[in-house]
Amino acid sequence: MIRAIAIVGVLVLLAFVPLSMRSAGIRIGSKKFTESVVLGEMLRILCADTGIDTVHYRELGGTQLVYQALLQGEIDIYPEYTGTISEEILSGQQVSSLEEMRQALAKQGVGVSDPIGFNNTYALAMNRARAKELGVERVSDLSRFPDLAFGFSSEFLNREDGWPNLRKHYDLPQRRVSGLDHDIAYRQLKNGSIDVMEAYSTDAKIDVYDLKLLQDDRAFFPRYDAVVLYRQDLKTRAPEIIASVFRLVGSVEAEAMISSNSRVEVDRISEGRAAAEFLGNTLGVESEVADASRWQRIGARTVEHLDLVRRSLIPAILLAIPLGIVAVKRPRFGQGILGIVGVVQTIPSLALLVILMPLVAWLGLNSIGLGSTTAVTALLLYSLLPIVRNTHTGLQGISPEYSEAALAIGLPPWARLVRIELPLAAPSILAGVKTAAVLNVGFATLGALIGAGGYGQPIITGIRLNDTALILEGAVPAAILALLVQAGFDLCEKWIVPRGLRLQANS
Amino acid sequence: MLELCDVSKRYGGVVALEPTTLQLSSGRTYVLLGTSGCGKSTLLKIALGLTVPDSGTVRFEGQTLEPDNVLQIRKRIGYVIQSGGLFPHLTARQNVSLIADFLNWSKAKIRNRIEELSALAQLPESTLDRYPAQLSGGQQQRVALMRALMLDPDWMLLDEPLGALDPMIRSDLQNDLSGIFRSLQKSVVLVTHDLQEAAHFGDEIILFREGRLVQAGTMQELIDHPSDPFVTRFIQAQHGLSPMDGSRPNIDRPDVTKLAITKPESGERGEQ
Repeated sequence: MIRAIAIVGVLVLLAFVPLSMRSAGIRIGSKKFTESVVLGEMLRILCADTGIDTVHYRELGGTQLVYQALLQGEIDIYPEYTGTISEEILSGQQVSSLEEMRQALAKQGVGVSDPIGFNNTYALAMNRARAKELGVERVSDLSRFPDLAFGFSSEFLNREDGWPNLRKHYDLPQRRVSGLDHDIAYRQLKNGSIDVMEAYSTDAKIDVYDLKLLQDDRAFFPRYDAVVLYRQDLKTRAPEIIASVFRLVGSVEAEAMISSNSRVEVDRISEGRAAAEFLGNTLGVESEVADASRWQRIGARTVEHLDLVRRSLIPAILLAIPLGIVAVKRPRFGQGILGIVGVVQTIPSLALLVILMPLVAWLGLNSIGLGSTTAVTALLLYSLLPIVRNTHTGLQGISPEYSEAALAIGLPPWARLVRIELPLAAPSILAGVKTAAVLNVGFATLGALIGAGGYGQPIITGIRLNDTALILEGAVPAAILALLVQAGFDLCEKWIVPRGLRLQANS
Repeated sequence: MLELCDVSKRYGGVVALEPTTLQLSSGRTYVLLGTSGCGKSTLLKIALGLTVPDSGTVRFEGQTLEPDNVLQIRKRIGYVIQSGGLFPHLTARQNVSLIADFLNWSKAKIRNRIEELSALAQLPESTLDRYPAQLSGGQQQRVALMRALMLDPDWMLLDEPLGALDPMIRSDLQNDLSGIFRSLQKSVVLVTHDLQEAAHFGDEIILFREGRLVQAGTMQELIDHPSDPFVTRFIQAQHGLSPMDGSRPNIDRPDVTKLAITKPESGERGEQ
């Protein structure tokens, strides 16, 4: 009994003692593709140039997630494109001119800068050789080849200015259309698994992979002029920020952007360095860029990752075991509990994050960035199923002779649970916790989608840059951590599972 | 006095126990006898409130068994089952002291009581610090008996307590058990399918068949005045299968005196 209280006490301490989190004055966001990250770094340098403390939450999931974060004040500024604003953020409102966008966004408390220079439109891309072989120059030429395989990012598959309307506009017959991560699609295109993908016109990979951009001969895609979106309260909070950021307006040419993108993707310099080079050359803004060494990065990622794991796994244990107990004691209610935790498991991580973000923000907790409560909550929910289910199975699997003996001795329900049932179910419960912990270490990489850091960060950056070393920088420590966690629980087993049960299992 | 008034139980469509009324007086030893599935274990569980009967009531020393008082009443009844039902995560000593611990007895009182009980159950104290998995079947049953006796209940209900044991160990424990019950003057209800065991323990035998009480009375009465041909068939069948003295049994008039076996030379008491 004392041991049980001690265990719970230590767990609570471990879960809720906060690490010190710095909160920055200005928070920049960016999406998870190179150009957005480079632009985000430019914004960070320009903000920091005013002397205000600035942080950049890089590589946040998709448009919805970043824009939600802006609306909720989790970030203050991020780079966006006019086409995305009209087709995605304000979809259904029939806005076309920048002036109309400005009015519509103002109603949501969001300001928009004038175009910063280049137009990064969507385009369909093919291998140059393949396009030449088939004689495809324009998008309308594709209708002659119904057997071509298309691979699009899930965002493009669902956007107003994406595949569904593109298909109608050009009356395209292709049936082989699959959803692929954008960065992976380049590789699939290269090796011939797909023939056509969507690309951004300033993407450095167009040169790297020697791609042909098909001409939009029936003018389907809108303009994607790069702009800066910011919270309007900045005008009063930090007017110097707006002034500093607006120095970008009209100064980023398409060639310069492509070259910055390729500095990152081809020359493998950091986004911060590429952004600093551009700002130094074009605007004369000097900045210092400190690139962390690999071991420094791994160290920082490990701290972030462990923070996500402990803050999600431990509350999950404390929540799931009682839920498992209730599920056994109140079977009808229990079916509901098992059903719900099972369904939660099937929600894709990005969707779960988008669902949770407004709730977390509404509660006044930090919804994105380091220590993101959204990421922690998502991980917590994903960790429930194995523990609830194993607690349920463990308690239900107790041999009737023990339950009967406990009743016959005259122990009341609470004493039966604490002294007999939970110790007997301990091996099963612990196995569930172990499963949840190992899964949690893997799932925690999703934190990177929301700026919470951890081993997921090098993984998504590595996928974006097609940099295997960087992917391994996240994947290998994650695997090692999972093994260590497993070994840790194996050691705990000796302490938690009653000795008599281990003897019984061996005999 | 333990009274069962018109209690019955079905599981799904299967009748486990037809409406049955029994009055069991204090200080006597009753044996519920019958083949497996005849309802005798169900009756015992109903008496303890472990199984809720579909109809009828249970009265223990004048009190009707209800959810409110069932925990109190169980403390006055010791219960032992075939496989002992010892909790595997607790040592023998912890198993025995569990309920006293829970009732906040002092350490000294618990220690004294366990000393008494281990003498009574003839189990060396050194074995008490082992886990059930480290004990032999006979030792486990002795621990189960100690656990049931911990609060010194007036009544003992035993469901095939010796059913899982080797014949040698079994007869040894049989003698010890009946000695203990006699010396403590417990009221006992023992369930068995074994005629010889019934004859050994029972002041009164209550024979069941397919959920129905067939006859109650002393063994002699069952033999002399069977109420139903089944009674004779049951007795002859069992007796015929297990001659006690090596001679051919007398099919017409089994000799009850020979049903109670004599104590064999060796026992498992010293066995570790």
